[in-house]
Amino acid sequence: MAANRFAQTALSEWMKGDGPDSDIVFSSRVRIARNLHNYPFPILATSQQSAEVMSKLASVAQEGKLEPIGPFETIVLSDLSELERRVLVEKHLISPALANEARAGAVVMSENESVSIMINEEDHLRIQCLYPGFQVQEAWKLASKIDDIYEEAVDYAFDERRGFLTSCPTNVGTGIRASVMMHLPALVLTHQINRILSAITQVGLAVRGLYGEGSEALGNLFQISNQITLGQSEDEIIDNLHGVVRQIIEHEKAARERLQAESRLRLEDRVMRSYGILSHAAIMDSKESAQRLSDVRLGIDLGMIREVSPQVMNELMVMTQPGFLQQAFEEKLNTEQRDARRADLIRSRLLPVTHDGGAYE
Amino acid sequence: MLCQECGKRPATLHFTKIVNGEKTEFHICEACARERGEGIPGAPNGFSIHSLLSGLMDFEPAGSLAGTKQAVPRCEECGLTYSQFSKLGRFGCSSCYKHFGERLDPLLKRVHGNTVHVGKIPRRSGGRIQTQREIDRLRQEMKNSIQKEEFEAAAKLRDKIRELEKQIKEA
Repeated sequence: MAANRFAQTALSEWMKGDGPDSDIVFSSRVRIARNLHNYPFPILATSQQSAEVMSKLASVAQEGKLEPIGPFETIVLSDLSELERRVLVEKHLISPALANEARAGAVVMSENESVSIMINEEDHLRIQCLYPGFQVQEAWKLASKIDDIYEEAVDYAFDERRGFLTSCPTNVGTGIRASVMMHLPALVLTHQINRILSAITQVGLAVRGLYGEGSEALGNLFQISNQITLGQSEDEIIDNLHGVVRQIIEHEKAARERLQAESRLRLEDRVMRSYGILSHAAIMDSKESAQRLSDVRLGIDLGMIREVSPQVMNELMVMTQPGFLQQAFEEKLNTEQRDARRADLIRSRLLPVTHDGGAYE
Repeated sequence: MLCQECGKRPATLHFTKIVNGEKTEFHICEACARERGEGIPGAPNGFSIHSLLSGLMDFEPAGSLAGTKQAVPRCEECGLTYSQFSKLGRFGCSSCYKHFGERLDPLLKRVHGNTVHVGKIPRRSGGRIQTQREIDRLRQEMKNSIQKEEFEAAAKLRDKIRELEKQIKEA
């Protein structure tokens, strides 16, 4: 039942909050990986061992030790339908690995969905904190606090030389993965993105497109994260990411200004065409919707479109994912039906506002 | 060039595999690549961080172990061998790190540029480690003092180090 609630709404409570630089950085996330001493990693654990790990880790929340952080709820993955699991992945609340592969997997979720603690993913414990806007430091502070609570209760696998031991060697040491989700339409439009992205990878950071398999970025959304977890302290890792992201924000701002100065009319045409198509189209595939939603979002940020709130766009970006669509319409859909439903959904979210508001000037 | 698999569509993916100096090439189209999926490194869907890693780790055994018995390191706790680890790209348990030991250094160096942790330490079990770090720091400071011929400061540091070492032994 409760899990259903997490799967029903597109916009997590935490996303409604406003964060710094939220016109370019949509969200900040920190995830830390930990394992229990004396248990094999999930990949080799027997069902018995996985069940023990789960009950040990779940008891921390059940005994109320997380109360200082806020109310939490434990959801056992096997109690969810395949579709509900997929929706949680689309909302970034759980990882695809936990949704599809975990044995005795569970997630301990805070009420506003800002914190999700995954049990028996690739590692025994993964603590994830999500914040709106550009707040990596805040996310790290909260994750570290939760980490301390778990450390009081269970024995972590830790080695003096290698640090916190993880199943995959890419996470060992600090076990930290800090990332931000950035919307960079102007850098893409001005063809600067490749140059900037390749520079990013040279300073120990990784870039990925949102939702896209591989590196193709749907809707000009890019996830930038640290790659190195060993040999740097958490603060160094966070500061490095913070500094680089700050610079990208400046580049994107400069590119937006340049676009407006040099080709405002063409940009406005592009934005308004996308707005028109989203408001009226009857079939909309996921790739096109991602691109057009990005255009409209840029138009909102530049003040070209005033009658749609940025939040509606955030919501639509999640709601137009395949899993969420099926959940919303409570049936299994084929691709064509899905594209039609997607178009319906977008229209219904965009049109009433323009009619009531009448904000065309 | 046509796809070697179906012979109909043009080949758009080209692979060169070199095993023990023997070179094999194959050229296929995207549709066939998708069908073969996981079998092809770098093919759409079949690519993951773990397969990339195992590529990195395969370097290790090549030169160093040629035939010696010791060459098959195995984790005594979970039984995972180094070559299984190379294929999986993941450790089986926390003891794997201990049993594979120094052998992991080149891999960690390649992934992280480092081999030693400097970040957060568990509060409850990490007291000793924190003291050890403090000792290491003081030793470095002592060395600097000696170089600058500030022997009085160096002696004070030496006493502090001794005291901390005693603490560790008693604990």
